[in-house]
Amino acid sequence: MQEIFNIFVKSIFVDNMVFAYFLGMCSYLAVSKTVNTSVGLGLAVVFVLGITVPVDYLLNDYILKPGALVWLDAGFADVDLSFLSFILFIAIIASMVQLVEMVVEKFSPALYSSLGIFLPLIAVNCAILGGSLFMQEREYQSLAQATSFGLGSGVGWFLAIVGIAAIREKIRYSNVPAPLRGLGITFIITGLMGIAFMSFLGIKL
Amino acid sequence: MSTEKKEREPLFSAKNRKLLTNPLGVDNPITVQVLGICSALAVTAKLKPAFVMSVSVIVVTMLANMLISAMRNGIPQRIRIIVQLVVIASLVILVDQVLKAFVFDVSKQLSVFVGLIITNCIIMGRLEAFAMSNKPWPSLLDGLGNGLGYAWVLIAVGFVRELFGSGTLWGYTVIPETFYDFGYKNNGFMILPPMALIIVGIIIWIQRSRNPELVEEN
Repeated sequence: MQEIFNIFVKSIFVDNMVFAYFLGMCSYLAVSKTVNTSVGLGLAVVFVLGITVPVDYLLNDYILKPGALVWLDAGFADVDLSFLSFILFIAIIASMVQLVEMVVEKFSPALYSSLGIFLPLIAVNCAILGGSLFMQEREYQSLAQATSFGLGSGVGWFLAIVGIAAIREKIRYSNVPAPLRGLGITFIITGLMGIAFMSFLGIKL
Repeated sequence: MSTEKKEREPLFSAKNRKLLTNPLGVDNPITVQVLGICSALAVTAKLKPAFVMSVSVIVVTMLANMLISAMRNGIPQRIRIIVQLVVIASLVILVDQVLKAFVFDVSKQLSVFVGLIITNCIIMGRLEAFAMSNKPWPSLLDGLGNGLGYAWVLIAVGFVRELFGSGTLWGYTVIPETFYDFGYKNNGFMILPPMALIIVGIIIWIQRSRNPELVEEN
C-alpha cells in the first residue's frame, strides 16, 4: 500500500510529465490559453492515462515481455515480442480513446460536451504513449502500481496545464517584449515552473 | 497542382526548393508551428543524442510523408489517422531496431523518446497538412525540410547545453584546463530539464526580433 502511494506522489511531483520529461508539450502549449479549457483537457488526460496504462501493463505482462507467453504454452518461454510494443500500445491507446469517448458520450453527456474536441486529440498526445512506455521501462511489479503511476502522471500533467493557463491569463495584462509574446514567454515560464518543481527532486518517500 | 502544365516540373523547381528552405526559418516546425516539442527538449542535454534523435526524426518524417502521399488516394477519409499511425509506428520500429543494433548506448540514453517519435506532432501534422494533398516527391521534400528545421533547433540547443553544462562537445572536452584554473566552472544548471525550455524560448526571441512578421498577439 505504502509503495503504491509513493509511486503516485512521485509521478505527480518528482517525475512530472511536463517539467521533467516534456511530454504532452504540444497540447500543453496549444490549449493552455484559458483555465476552463485546460481543466477539461487535463481531466481527459487523467482519465485516459488511468485506463491505458493498466491495460498496456496487462498487455506487456501477458503478451509482449520476454517469456510472457508461458501461460499459453511452456514452449514459448524464449519468445520476445517486445519489438511490437510501439505499434500495439498505440493501437490500444487509439482504440481506448475511441471507447472512452463512446462511454462518456453515453453516460455523461455533460462531461462529453465539456471535453468536446479534446478527447479524440488525446490519442496523439505524447504523454499518453509516454506513460505506457515509461511503465514498460520501469518494470512496475503489479497492476496496482501501474495504475497508480498512470493516475499520478495524469494528475501531474493536469496540475501543470492548469498552472500555466492561470499564469497565461494573468500575463495578458503585462508588458512582455514584442518578440517574446505568445510562444516565447510561455516556454520561459514553463522553464521557471520546472525549476520550482525541481525542489521536489531528491525527496525519498 | 500542375494539371495544365505540359512540361514535367524539374525536380528542384523554385517551388520545391521553397518546401525545403521554408521550414528552416520562417516556417520552422518548433519555433513557429509549435510542433514536436514533446520529444525535442528531453534529448538535448548532450549533443550526440540530440544528433541521433534528429537523424531519426528526419528519416521518419521523410519516409512517412512519401508513403502516405503515395497511398493518399486509397486511404478512406474516416480511418486515415489509424492508417497514418500504423505507417509511422512501423517506421519507428525500424528506426528503433537500427539504433539498438548500431548505437546501443545512445539508444539507451534516448530511452522512451525513440518510441515517442510516433506521437511526435511534426509527423502527424505534416502528414495531415501536406502529404494528404500532394504528390510523393514534394511530400518527401517537405518531410526533409521539416525534419531539418527540427534538427537545427535540437542541435543548437544540444550544443549550448553540452558546451556550458559539461564543457564538452560530442563527449570531447573542448574548454581548456587553464579556464578551470582561472576559476571557470561548468554551469550544472544547463544539464537540468528547465534550461532546455528557456534556451528554446531565447531562440524564439532572437528569431522573432529579427523577423517581426512572426510576432504574435499577446
